[in-house]
Amino acid sequence: MVNEWLPVFIFMIIMSVVVFVILAGTAFIGPKRPNPVKLSPYECGVEPVGEPRTRFSIKFYMIAMLFIIFDLEVIFFYPWAVVFKRFLSGSSFILIEMLIFVGILLVGYVYAWKKGALEWQ
Amino acid sequence: MDLIIPQINFSAIAPALTVMITAVVVLLIGLFFQKVQRELLAIVGIIGLIVSLGELGRMWGKDITGFGGMVGNDNFTIAFQMIFIIAAFLAALLSLNRIEDEYVSYGEFYGLLLFALSGIIVMVQGLNLLIVFLGLEILSISLYILTGFRKMRADSIEAALKYFLLGAFSTGFLLYGIALIYGTTGSFSFKGISSYVNANGFTNVLFVAGIILFLVGLAFKAAFVPFHQWTPDVYQGAPTPIAAFMSVGAKGAAFAVLIRLFVSVAAFSTREWTIAIWVLALLTMTIGNVVAIVQQNIKRMLAYSSIAHAGYILVGVLAGNEMGRSAVLFYLMAYTFMNLGAFGVVSYLGISHKVENLRIESYRGIGYKYPFAALAMAVFMFSLAGVPPTAGFIGKFYLFSAALKAGFVWLVILSVLNAVISAYYYLRVVVAMYMQEPEEGKVFELPAASWGVGLALLLAVLGVLYMGIFPSSLMQLFQKTAELISML
Amino acid sequence: MLEWIWLVPLFPLIGVIINGLFGRYLGHKIVGILGSTMIGLSFITVSIIFVDLLKLPPEHRFFTKTLYDWIVAGNFTAQISFLVDPLSVVMMLVVTGVSFVIHIYSIGYMHGDKGYSRFFTYLNLFVFAMLLLITADNFLMMFVGWEGVGLCSYLLIGFWYGDNYNAYAGRKAFVVNRIGDFGFLLGIFFIVVTFHSVNFQEVFGAAAAKYTIGAPIITVITSLLFVGAMGKSAQIPLYVWLPDAMAGPTPVSALIHAATMVTAGVYMVARANVLYTLSPISMALIAVIGVATAFFAATMGMTQFDIKRMLAYSTISQLGYMFVGVGVGAFAAGIFHLMTHAFFKALLFMGAGSIMHAMSNSTDMRMMGGLKKKMPITYWTFLMATLAISGIPGFSGFFSKDEILWQSLAGAYGNFWIWLVGVITAGLTAFYMFRAVYMTFHGELRAKKEIAEHVHEAPSTMTVPLLILGVLAVIGGYIGIPKILGGSNPFEHFLDPVFEKSLEIRHAAGLVPHISGESARVLELPLMGLTFVIVLVGIGFAYLMYLKRPELPGIWTKKINYVYQLVFNKYYVDEIYETLIVNPMAAISESFLWKFVDVKIIDGFINGTGNVVRGTGRVVRKWQTGFVQNYALSFVIGVVILVFYIVFM
Repeated sequence: MVNEWLPVFIFMIIMSVVVFVILAGTAFIGPKRPNPVKLSPYECGVEPVGEPRTRFSIKFYMIAMLFIIFDLEVIFFYPWAVVFKRFLSGSSFILIEMLIFVGILLVGYVYAWKKGALEWQ
Repeated sequence: MDLIIPQINFSAIAPALTVMITAVVVLLIGLFFQKVQRELLAIVGIIGLIVSLGELGRMWGKDITGFGGMVGNDNFTIAFQMIFIIAAFLAALLSLNRIEDEYVSYGEFYGLLLFALSGIIVMVQGLNLLIVFLGLEILSISLYILTGFRKMRADSIEAALKYFLLGAFSTGFLLYGIALIYGTTGSFSFKGISSYVNANGFTNVLFVAGIILFLVGLAFKAAFVPFHQWTPDVYQGAPTPIAAFMSVGAKGAAFAVLIRLFVSVAAFSTREWTIAIWVLALLTMTIGNVVAIVQQNIKRMLAYSSIAHAGYILVGVLAGNEMGRSAVLFYLMAYTFMNLGAFGVVSYLGISHKVENLRIESYRGIGYKYPFAALAMAVFMFSLAGVPPTAGFIGKFYLFSAALKAGFVWLVILSVLNAVISAYYYLRVVVAMYMQEPEEGKVFELPAASWGVGLALLLAVLGVLYMGIFPSSLMQLFQKTAELISML
Repeated sequence: MLEWIWLVPLFPLIGVIINGLFGRYLGHKIVGILGSTMIGLSFITVSIIFVDLLKLPPEHRFFTKTLYDWIVAGNFTAQISFLVDPLSVVMMLVVTGVSFVIHIYSIGYMHGDKGYSRFFTYLNLFVFAMLLLITADNFLMMFVGWEGVGLCSYLLIGFWYGDNYNAYAGRKAFVVNRIGDFGFLLGIFFIVVTFHSVNFQEVFGAAAAKYTIGAPIITVITSLLFVGAMGKSAQIPLYVWLPDAMAGPTPVSALIHAATMVTAGVYMVARANVLYTLSPISMALIAVIGVATAFFAATMGMTQFDIKRMLAYSTISQLGYMFVGVGVGAFAAGIFHLMTHAFFKALLFMGAGSIMHAMSNSTDMRMMGGLKKKMPITYWTFLMATLAISGIPGFSGFFSKDEILWQSLAGAYGNFWIWLVGVITAGLTAFYMFRAVYMTFHGELRAKKEIAEHVHEAPSTMTVPLLILGVLAVIGGYIGIPKILGGSNPFEHFLDPVFEKSLEIRHAAGLVPHISGESARVLELPLMGLTFVIVLVGIGFAYLMYLKRPELPGIWTKKINYVYQLVFNKYYVDEIYETLIVNPMAAISESFLWKFVDVKIIDGFINGTGNVVRGTGRVVRKWQTGFVQNYALSFVIGVVILVFYIVFM
């Protein structure tokens, strides 16, 4: 198994070397005559203004996370609903299982609520 | 399309379920009764742990499997789980220390500790890579949060973020490894991997890469060199009881999976794998020990020491025989007592956020001021150094004998040398405590130890001494597990 | 009574528990009496066992008492089990007896010390560990005692922890002993691998049955075990810790660093005599190292002015003699010297302690002199011990040392050069011991006035032990009078059963004494006389240089200045160790492995080394991106190396 893969590794090494050489080459050889215009980031002709990092309220993230969690819950309901009827005839376990699942999510929901994650203040 | 309902056997996961339910209960109690004492939360958690211990005892010797062979409880697994439950038990007691007052919400603290434990249990039980992964994630995410639990402290948050980033990084490797393994073998189960290797060996490069990536993911959790660097930073920043739990729990879980993999795939005993693990073990213990010598902060020293101990345990894994496996269990048990104990003393002596009391220098002269804490610390240090008649000595003797039996003469010689070197930095603590005057103007007053810390330290000391003086009953128990390890 | 052997170590353990836990509340008097009583009870128990053992016929003087199975791993078992045979009984008698006397002495010596109960706890713990070492019937349990005595030794060296030097000395002892323990432990591992057992009877039986003289594995095992002995018994090159160990309280020096612990190595070799007999290389190694240690330590003792350090070098030198004894196959003679040495060396140290007590803790002999009149008991007992160690006929040391010297020439492993160096060393010994006597007890008191005024004889708790040991130092040798002097050497015959198997092996291999029969009878007495003459010459020089013409040492040392400086500075061994081993080790671990490999290479692969790694406990305000990247990078490198290795190898 060694020989057949050897070219791949040689290729990887050469590739790394080439990339390094090109980057180093431009850094060393290229003429450097900076001016303010050249140094400013290119942004479709629009003058870049302001802090690049705008701060968002953490509450957006909270809501987004909660949304994802409960959204997944709903997604899980779909395949369950599809097979629900066939299984129920065998045993009621499928119903209990979903109740457990919803119960766990409910605990999470109560927790989030009680902790004030849903309040926008 | 014919659907088969998998055989649902809740009794197979009863311990994990118990721990999880307890976690939820603790979380809710903490949520609804804000004024409740944290002692009560700890006690509820501990009751849950004891119940799950009982369940494990009931399952002993029965080889209960469930969920279509996804999880299994042979004695080997059960022994591992018991060790982790004891570790969580001690960590819960230790967190009752007054200085750990900084945590704002204890419900979450104990809840997450229990969730982490349940993750470990799932991981150890798993006979299937996906279950292992599931357990690993439950464990990791809980630990990320717990590491950053001292929200007001920058180093705690730094540690949590580092741990999270690197943890996610390593999980990526692990998952990629699982994917490659599945792609080449068509199976997630250890059994499937085993039969694949028996048929094909390690000829497929993609499969080999998958195995390596999977192992690297585990190596990160167990902190083998060179995947170890998060350890000191994280241990230093994490709340001390959590660092203690991590050093046993996360490490031990990785070892459990590692051993399962090695046992199921006999071809790992081929020469190149053996050499690789040989080097890994030696590197891990040597770097851990040598770097520990120059540490000034006791938590960092214990972190490097835990790296070194992972190296010793890896020697037992490498031995690959039944003796080696029971020695790993024995050592892990011993390590639980001595390391949690040592961290416990550190936590007790760490007083408050006002005076950072983690420098080894600041332990000077406490031998006479706090004789019981110092005596306990001395016992743990000697045990970690492997001085008889402590658990650490018997454990090392057992591990190295197993390795010798398997023929690893040079590795054993180097390991013993390592143990000898390690004594130097463990002794530094003892010397500071008993042979040096307290620092000028740095005499510190501690509040009386809470009952939880006292109990935990007492249990740990008794455990270390019991396992050192009467080790044979536990050894025989573990030997039974090693003989019965079944791939189901 | 043999059944009750486990009581012997139990008594000191009880003392440890009571004094350790409640000592602070008990008051000094009770602590001291309790600690001593426990050792006394042990001594009584041992005495009864000894008498019982004597009642048995010699070939049945062997008994083991198993308490429980300690380690059971597969087919390997190690038990907690005590062994009673002539060798262990002799050792037990010496250890408990000398310990008892020293405990009583300590009651007076440590009077008023704030660590009183701690001291007795450690001392009892030491005796417990030492008894475990002696009574163990397997190597592992022996190792427990071995480590235990070491531990107590470090704790007691650093007992007066106020002094940084003491902590340093304790740590030095620890580190040097760890090197020895490394060898010892490896030896045990090899025994486990080779014999699948650690039990003495099984190992020795299997070794005698399976291996012939010169088997390489036996040589490996015995050499490794001897490395352990070198550390514990302070032999070249691992002797450097013992002189520094004198930083501990004097009773500790007497008990641990002279009479008992340091002889553990000799005991171990005697115990494993079957293994050593199977390896002539190891035997030769022991004899050569022993005689070299005896000689060099004696020369170093000649130049010391600190009375305790002088005695420490003397101890090293005498331990060298013991190793010569066991190294030339005269195991009984080695043990005999061990016993007499325990008496007179403990006495010398206690005498030194008594002097220090009187001289406000000064140990410099240049500040002493003329103490004879003021401290008569100390003087006379010290003199008895000096006569004994010098080998003056009639005193205990004479019989034991002469036995060793004779065997080193005439015995099966004997060698003329070893004998010669041994005899010269005997002269040196007499010289430095009498030098000490003259400097401290004779002539004029050279101390400062305020010290001189306070010189007084020690209290009776200290002088009575001196007298007891003084008697023993004089008569202790009479249990081993050799045939040539009309004795029957009952001591050696008592030990015979222990060394019987070794003799059989030797006979089977045709190893017989070099000199025996008629020529032996002719030679032995004159050689004894020769040694005595050399000893007298040594004493004469001491008399001349330190009493008759005190200016002589100054003149002579100037003449041979280079040699004197070399010896005075102990051959610069400490400095050599410092430069060759300690500093490079520290440098490697500090600058290379930690700063370079871990921090630079692995840690901060390109630049941003994390603040948390570099500083300790410094709170980092922001986590650094480069930091985690570097960790991840080393991670990836690890993966790449692993993949490369597994795929391409």
